[in-house]
Formats: sequence, C-alpha cells, structure tokens
Amino acid sequence: MDNPKRSNEALLRPYSHKNTGWRLFLSTIIARAYPRIIGQQREVSWLVFDLIMPMLAVIAYVFVYRALNAPEEYIGFVVMGGAMTAFWMNILWSMSSQLYWEKEQGNLALYIMAPNSMMAILLGMALGGMLATALRALAVTLLGIFMFGVTYTVSSYLQLFLVFMLAMIALYGMGMMMASAFLLFGREAWHMANLAQEPIFLASGFYFPIKSLPFWVAAGASIIPLTLGMDAMRQLIFPTGFEYGFMTVQTEILILAVLSVVFVFTAKVLLAYVERIAVREGRITESRR
Amino acid sequence: MAAWLGWVIESNWTDPFLFAVYSIVKPISGAAILVIMYGIISQGNYDNALFPYIYLGNAFYIYVGAVMTGVSWAVVDDREHYKTLKYMYIAPIYIPLYLLGRGVARFITGSIAVFITLAAGILFLNVKINFAEVDWLLFFVTLILGVVMLALLGLLLAGITLTVARHEGFIGEATAGALYIFSGAVFPLDVLPEWIRPIGYFMPTTYWLELLRRSLVGNVAQAFPTLASFSNLEILGILFGLSLFFGTISIWVFKICDARARELGLIDRTTNY
Repeated sequence: MDNPKRSNEALLRPYSHKNTGWRLFLSTIIARAYPRIIGQQREVSWLVFDLIMPMLAVIAYVFVYRALNAPEEYIGFVVMGGAMTAFWMNILWSMSSQLYWEKEQGNLALYIMAPNSMMAILLGMALGGMLATALRALAVTLLGIFMFGVTYTVSSYLQLFLVFMLAMIALYGMGMMMASAFLLFGREAWHMANLAQEPIFLASGFYFPIKSLPFWVAAGASIIPLTLGMDAMRQLIFPTGFEYGFMTVQTEILILAVLSVVFVFTAKVLLAYVERIAVREGRITESRR
Repeated sequence: MAAWLGWVIESNWTDPFLFAVYSIVKPISGAAILVIMYGIISQGNYDNALFPYIYLGNAFYIYVGAVMTGVSWAVVDDREHYKTLKYMYIAPIYIPLYLLGRGVARFITGSIAVFITLAAGILFLNVKINFAEVDWLLFFVTLILGVVMLALLGLLLAGITLTVARHEGFIGEATAGALYIFSGAVFPLDVLPEWIRPIGYFMPTTYWLELLRRSLVGNVAQAFPTLASFSNLEILGILFGLSLFFGTISIWVFKICDARARELGLIDRTTNY
C-alpha cells in the first residue's frame, strides 16, 4: 500500500520545470533524436545487419565490375553509392514510413495531443537518423577501403562539406515531407517504400555515374537530393571524377540549396495539413486504416 | 488455402493497376542497374557471353528472395503483424505445410517478376534466347527442383525466425544477399578470391543457376571455366544431392526450433518491431 501522506505531497508539489516555446521545441528535437542515436546502438545485431546489408550489394556490384575489367574508379563509385544507400534506406524506412508505423502502434495520437510541435518531432527523427546513419555510412566506406583498396583524393574539403551538408538537409527535408505523405497513403505506405528502392538506386546512379543516363532522365532524377549530392562528391573525391560529372559542382551546390528550402518548407505545409485532418476528422490517427 | 491467403495478403493492398506497375517496375529496375553497368564498361557490346550470364542469373535469382524469404517471412507476418500464428498452431493443420503454402504466393509474384524481367531482356535489352534450341526438359526439371530446394531452405529460416526476436526480418534478406555473392549469380565464381570459392561450390543455388543458364542459352553459359568440366547431368546430380542434403537439414532444424518455440512460449510473442 502507498503511503497516503506521501501521495498527497506528490500531488500538491508544483512542476519543477516546464519548457515552453523554443525551449520545448529544442528539447523535443533532442528527445526524439535520442532513441535514434543512443537507443538504436543498444541492439548490436541491428548494427551488424545495418552494416552487412549494404555491404552485400556493394560486394556483388564490385565483383560485377571486376568481372567486366572496369577501371578502378568504378569500384570507388560503387563503395560510395553503397555508403549513401544507408541514408536512402533510413529516409524510406525510418523517416517516410515512421509516422505510419507510429500510427499502427498507437503513438501518433499521443504525438498530436502532446503540447510539442510535430515539426520538432520530425526534425528530431531526421537529426537522430542522420547522425546514426552517418556512422554506418562511414563504416561502409572504411570497409570499402580495406576490402577493395579504394583510395580517395579530396580536391576541396570546403566544397565536399558543403555538398554533403546540403544533400543531407535536402534529403531529410524530403524525408519529413514524405512522412506526412506516406501517412495519407494508408496501408500502401509499406509497398511505396519498398517500391522506392531499386528504381531510385537506378535513377539516382548509386552504382554508376548519373551522366551515363540520358540527359532528361538524369535531370528528372535530380529531384532526389542524393543524385546530385553523389555526383558532386564523386567529382570531389576521385581524381578523374570530373570526367564523369553530370553538372559542375557549383551548379549542383546551388540546386541542392534550392531543394533544401523547398523540401523543408513543403514538409511544414504537409504536416500542418495532416495535423488539421487528425484533429478535425480523427481519421489519420485511426490505426485500423 | 495457405497459398490463397498468401496471395490475398500480397496483392490486396491496392488496385490491380498499381499492383501491376509495382510488379513490373521493381524487377526491371534491379535488372536495369546491371544492364547499365555492363553497357558503360563494355561500351554497348551485348554480344559477350558475360551479358546473358549476368542477366539470366539476376532474373532467376528473384526466386531466391521470393520463395526462401517468403516462407520465413510468413512467421514474422503472422506472429508480429497479424498476431494469428498462435491460432494457426492450435488449428488442426500441419505448420510446415502451412508455411510452405504461404511461400507459394511469393512464388507466384516471383514468377511474374522473373517472366517480366526475361521478357524485357529479350524484347528490349538484346538478351538472345533461341527458343528452338532451349532444353525445355532440363529447364523445367531444374526450375522445379530449385524452387522446392528454396522452399525447404525457407523452412530452415522460418525455424530460426521462430526462436529469435527483433531481428527476424533481416535473416531472410541477409541469407539471400549472401547467396547472391557466393552463388555467382551475377558474375562467374572465378572472380571471387580463391579462399571464398569453396562456399560457392557448396551452395545448391550455384548449380541451379548454372543449369538454368545452360538450358536457356546452352554453350554461352558453358563458356565460363567454373563448372565447364561438368556435364549437365553431372550438375543436375550435384544439385539433387545438395538439395536433398539441405532439405533434410532444414526439416530437422525446423523441428528443433519449433519444439523450442513451443517449449519457451515463443509462438505468440510479439516484440513490436
């Protein structure tokens, strides 16, 4: 039995601290990022699988190029594409499909009811996902170096940093936007995520230079931030990378900056729409749909 | 009934048009990645024997992911998602047969994908198959034997899946991914480092894919040194022997895992992952 006197004391005690405004926004981001950065690392088998799965495809494609006696740059292209695969998979399964899964497990209604901003939750998911996936991408890159002897020669660290950061902002902005869109797809969300794997690996040139595709196909695929991000990075980290570039690095940086703004803004608009439907109709949070 | 249930689950999530697009786009894109990689390096020379080797290997490998993973995925689907596995266990049915039945649906969707990939290759991508020269008997015998072998391997994975939590979804994918490399699905085994090759020689999928290629493009497939010294009949014998071996192990492992899962109360465990 609880001590009634102590229970009353607990009820009468005022809140020690209650964040509001930007403090609440910031603490929500940190709180949602926490399970992505710390929690996910606790399941060691996931970590192992997360590293092994992209490596299997990388190894297979490397041996295809070896069987074809391809120039060594292509081995590097495949390893880099394999590393970036981790980000795309993270976008599909841990960003785009996330709100749908939260709905299935009954958490989405709690998210919407809570006094925090949904945008902060999505930003937290993105930040956590980005950092956790960066570790995996780094591991794939290192494994590529040790297993296949891939060498990198960076021509401009500043541009490389800028390209990577802009590609990540645009990509995770796209993920935030897709999270709301996938929620509206209902039970088709899982299949949509599944469908967005091989076609995107193909169109975005994960395993070959995007320049090899017809111009308009490559231009269309540039809506996926990783397409231009990878193209620019290949130009910046391989000595002969410029020969395989689709556009100049400067142009790609500019387009990535525009994509970043467009995707983050659209994500905000779509999220507001989803919240409106959820509150007005109670339909979005219904887990049987 | 299990096969029908599986088909309904696989196909009823959307309208037929979207399902058809989904069924076409996914396998074609996977094959197109390899075609473009090949095209870039060979500068469009699709007459090399390596091209049909890669294309056919990749096309038929769809069965590995579909059938093998399909059988084991039924455990995850029924236990975690639909929470019906416990009812299946108390129903008067034979569970291994039920799981194999669920794999049949994936076999059907996989067959559609394989057919579409082959048709696209023949019609648009210069994959040369002379239907008058195809060894149809060898093709169908190999195909059926291979699908049975893959289903039994799926049963092995299903058994393991029954006894683990949180990462069961990865087991099928990781196994299929590893077999893709070790079986030389898209490159001759001679490209692998010498110390890894014996793993490939021990995998039934290596011989299965080789026989399928030989039955469809004959001498083109036999041009590669890996299994060149073996006749079709010898490879069929090896495939049969390995299938029998892995099939027996699969049934044995499933029985042990199934008993353990019942003993530990894992049949109705949900982990919310």
